[in-house]
Amino acid sequence: MVEEEKRKKKEDVGPRFLVSSSPHVHDRVRINKIMMLVVIALAPAALLSIYLFGLPAFKVIVISIASAVFFEWASRRLMKRSNTIGDYSAVVTGLLLALNLPSTAPWWLVVVGNLFAIVIAKQIYGGLGYNPFNPALVGRVVLLISFPVQMTAHWVMPSRWGTNAVTTATPLGKAKESLLSLGHIDVHLTRTDVVNLLIGNRAGCIGEVSVVLLLAGGLFLIYKRVISWHIPVAFIGTVWVMTDIFHMIDPTRYADPSFHVITGGLFLGAFFMATDYVTSPITHKGMIIFGVGCGVLTVIIRLFGAYPEGVSFAILLMNALTPLIDRATNPVVFGSRKKKAAG
Amino acid sequence: MSGRHFFGGVHPEYHKEMTAGKAIEAMPMPEKLVVHFAQNIGSMPTPLVKRGDQVKKGQVIAEASGFVSVPVHAPTSGKVEAVDMFPNPVGAETLAAVIAPDGEDAWAEGLNVEQDTDSMNGDQIKGLIRDAGLVGMGGATFPTHVKLSPPEGKSIDTLILNGAECEPYLTADHRLMLEHPAEILEGASFFARVLDVKRVIVAIEKNKPDAIEKMKKAVEVKEGYSVEALDVVYPQGAEKQLIFALTGRRVPAGGLPMDVNVLVQNVGTAFAAYEAVRFKRPLLERVVTVTGNGVAEPKNIRARIGTRFEDMIDRCGGLAEDTVKVISGGPMMGVAQYSLDAAVTKGTSGIVTLRKDEVVQFVSDPCIRCGRCVEACPMRLNPSALSIFIEMCHFEDAAEYHVTDCIECGSCAYVCPSQRPLVHHFRRAKAEIRKMSRKAG
Repeated sequence: MVEEEKRKKKEDVGPRFLVSSSPHVHDRVRINKIMMLVVIALAPAALLSIYLFGLPAFKVIVISIASAVFFEWASRRLMKRSNTIGDYSAVVTGLLLALNLPSTAPWWLVVVGNLFAIVIAKQIYGGLGYNPFNPALVGRVVLLISFPVQMTAHWVMPSRWGTNAVTTATPLGKAKESLLSLGHIDVHLTRTDVVNLLIGNRAGCIGEVSVVLLLAGGLFLIYKRVISWHIPVAFIGTVWVMTDIFHMIDPTRYADPSFHVITGGLFLGAFFMATDYVTSPITHKGMIIFGVGCGVLTVIIRLFGAYPEGVSFAILLMNALTPLIDRATNPVVFGSRKKKAAG
Repeated sequence: MSGRHFFGGVHPEYHKEMTAGKAIEAMPMPEKLVVHFAQNIGSMPTPLVKRGDQVKKGQVIAEASGFVSVPVHAPTSGKVEAVDMFPNPVGAETLAAVIAPDGEDAWAEGLNVEQDTDSMNGDQIKGLIRDAGLVGMGGATFPTHVKLSPPEGKSIDTLILNGAECEPYLTADHRLMLEHPAEILEGASFFARVLDVKRVIVAIEKNKPDAIEKMKKAVEVKEGYSVEALDVVYPQGAEKQLIFALTGRRVPAGGLPMDVNVLVQNVGTAFAAYEAVRFKRPLLERVVTVTGNGVAEPKNIRARIGTRFEDMIDRCGGLAEDTVKVISGGPMMGVAQYSLDAAVTKGTSGIVTLRKDEVVQFVSDPCIRCGRCVEACPMRLNPSALSIFIEMCHFEDAAEYHVTDCIECGSCAYVCPSQRPLVHHFRRAKAEIRKMSRKAG
């Protein structure tokens, strides 16, 4: 009788209350909010590029984001998994890939790049969180290797909204070319050159032209605690120090560090690609190792490799090392007598 | 000395203003009291009463069943109506005595008598504390006399009175410090005498400036006593983090505070020790913060052990229709209740009610390895890696990554943007590891 009464009572109130493990409160920061902050941080640089390169750049950005979201939706649906376009990670991937393409990229190139980024590099591994390599960079590198003409032969100088775009090479491309053909580089940075490089008056990918705005976006992300300073500082610092050493050894063959730091995709890569949560180490110590590694590989590729630019390859190679770095830098538990990491 | 930071931590919304200004009020005698026998960590006390027994206030109704066990007492005089299984706020149903008060509130013989404490030696004090059924009242409910009995070779040089109260919402310790500073210090002096400790630190988070002031005034007359204001960061009141913040000593992983010559006692426990030693009153009541937007009138209530949550909540104006969570303890570490039949135990520091729009349903999105949990973990664990191991049932790997050092403070899950139920994973892993080692041993 008593038992029955008790059971009845339990049934009465039972469903009313939610029973779950502690904690019962949350700071309510969700993945979509973080991704949106990344988009906001990239917006100024993207908008400037649209202003500089005109409609073609706008088209590339729109097509890229749309196709990334479409592939995310379609592949999840095909695999009968939950719809994840609401976490906005595909928007970030699409935007980042667009910023890594020349403004002259044809529409199909953008779509193919996103197919590789979203389907091959991300969803086949299980989606956000499981991908070992940065999806946008996989997309870019696949395009770079498979379609070198479309990816590297049609750089244009920013022409504002004008139609008579002048085909030229990127600053890093020029340096590599002259080094290979003449045996020395022809880089003499004047004050105007530096200003032009900083504000984005140069040939390059859509998103890598404006160092100043990329830096502002990166600092915004650090301020918002979306990323920490460790990877960008280690990455850019290493590139500076290494190129400085080579420049001192032989200035006729190796450009000075300021040239290397503000050209190419270094800022875009260091602040927005190398800091991708999923594919970079989780501890601060690991992040520094990762950043230094990215810097070293970038400089080696730029100075001695076949490609003029090495940021993408460097980050992807370090992505592969991330699990090892994580293992080696696992935090030491508080109060541990031996200063030795587990594993 | 203060201002030293432990690693990690989070800054949840505190909501303490709901009850911080409210004086402790006594709960009227409820119609029945449900007194659980399992109220301490360690072995469950042995029940001594059966249905129909008459009991006096303070009478032992369950006796200690070993060293790590304390007696349970009748919170008032009356009749034992049933001895049966009832919801215990820590989780499952446990055996409890249902006592119908007779209204006399008559003490058992020999109790509630002022003692000559000056002539007592340490063992006598410890005996009174054990007989009074004292446990850690911050929520851990570890028997107090065991903490006062360091093994041969371990000595204590510092006693920390924990008034940090870092859990959001709760103000029970805050009010106790405001209203009974001298009693708390006298209780602490008994601990100090048992262990021959000269240095006593009262630790309070800076968000309680009035309590800091009150306690500072109270310690002026006491030699060797001091008050330290702590930075407001959760979990400042966690034992190991507190010891580090105050003394710079690191309790070894898997070790106890006594390994670094420190004893930590909650201020509520010190107050209970005052009652136990000075007046020979067993632990029969405690201060409970009943709060949250689910109740009309949040309060700090001095309630008898065994008061049902339903009675407590009724006393605060009843439960709002859309209340979906009732928590015993604070929102970071407390236990969600399935029934309001749960009754106050020695470890019940608060009853927090959350309404529908305040409750977070933890979903389990994949880990995006953002590292927020690693930054938040005060034990310097890697919750991200641990949770991934545990999802794959790799419990050995979780053990190797020190999951057993997790203090379950909830900081990791609080900041996780994928809202992964991390603490839940770690509890599961600990249980599995215990099972494995039992099998192996």
